[in-house]
Amino acid sequence: MRISFYLNGKKTDVEVPPDRRFVNVLREDLGITGTKDGCGAGECGSCTILVDGHARLSCLMAAVQLQGRQVTTIEGLAADGTLHPVQEAFIEYGAVQCGFCTPGVILAAVHLLNQNPDPTREQIRVGLSGNLCRCSGYVKIVDAVEAAARKIREGKLR
Amino acid sequence: MREVFLPGSLEELWRCFEERPQAAVYAGGTDLLVGTYNGMLNPETLICLDRIEELKGVGDRGDNVRIGSCTTHTQLLEESLVQNHLPALWRAIAGIGSPLIRNMGTIGGNICTASPAGDTLPPLYTMKAEVELRSKGGARLMPIGDFVTGPRATRLHGEEVLAAVWVKKPVEYNLHHFEKVGLRNALACSVVSMAALLRLAPDGLVEKAALAWGSVGPTIITCREAEEALIGGKLTAASLGEAAAIVRKAVNPISDVRADADYRRTVAGNLLLRLTVAN
Repeated sequence: MRISFYLNGKKTDVEVPPDRRFVNVLREDLGITGTKDGCGAGECGSCTILVDGHARLSCLMAAVQLQGRQVTTIEGLAADGTLHPVQEAFIEYGAVQCGFCTPGVILAAVHLLNQNPDPTREQIRVGLSGNLCRCSGYVKIVDAVEAAARKIREGKLR
Repeated sequence: MREVFLPGSLEELWRCFEERPQAAVYAGGTDLLVGTYNGMLNPETLICLDRIEELKGVGDRGDNVRIGSCTTHTQLLEESLVQNHLPALWRAIAGIGSPLIRNMGTIGGNICTASPAGDTLPPLYTMKAEVELRSKGGARLMPIGDFVTGPRATRLHGEEVLAAVWVKKPVEYNLHHFEKVGLRNALACSVVSMAALLRLAPDGLVEKAALAWGSVGPTIITCREAEEALIGGKLTAASLGEAAAIVRKAVNPISDVRADADYRRTVAGNLLLRLTVAN
């Protein structure tokens, strides 16, 4: 079946079975491997993507569900070669250990900050509670999201 | 290859059912697709309800709140009708899965999955919610306690969908409570859950009570005897302890990977004791 959607702003057509897991479409059919395939059951958050701006689990979506949608993966977050403030903060605060969970965590954080530009640490923890980091480096992740939120707010004030 | 239909309206859905009466139906996919992708479930055809706007949204219908079955948990948490009128349901939904699961999963999916651990069910039972079932031929309403017949079993017919759930605003109650015990905070299946609606008189006497427990039986457990034990008295450790003892006899839990039956039985009563804290 032919599925058409926008991948990181670019119109994309793929010929895939309609029930193909969307994470497989990204990783195996399109070779876009930033999105990770972890548990396959919605419990780890590694496969998080944004669909029309909202965080979704790409391991629990059939390809056909993405028909006509705007999909953002970690590859599409930087604009014109400039990293997103959340990405910058993750580097600055050392919020990356092995890196497997990082794309999903960053996209979940971007969604969180779109909804709530000034979250408390507790709200950040709840907002990222669907994303597991097996290195268990949560403190620096929360630090980085807090810093990114500050940076985004200050950027908007200027 | 498995087919997936993506109807854009109820009209299109009825046509899908005519072509494929045996199709399995899903909305958010957070339960069914786990099963199809790991090979435990193998329906030939799937129908995804995600694009049917008629099944989404929350409406104020006088004494009732009508919740479209394909409204996501995240949308319900943001909905003022739920925040203001259905606080026990709001609390139950806030603890479902994770933000990602709540962004995808729907209240209709939670009801139709009919898990004894489905977190929307205990509050819906205490409010005597009714499900609106639709098919090409029309609609029927049914109390939720009749709809759910066992673990993962409902009275939904073939070629029929859960369109909405009607919840009578629980204006006669002034204490709205839900608590769940899981193995961790996020992404935790309830080991035991309890919804409690109470009307307390100004002097603290219980005038009316509705209680329901999850994960302690094949379906949600309600207990008229425990409710009656509370009515007419104040919420004290003694009165709650008496009702808790009744509840521990009424529940019918199993042992599984998360907890054994004795633990569930004990906690079912203990959750009632915590009403002194909630109050």
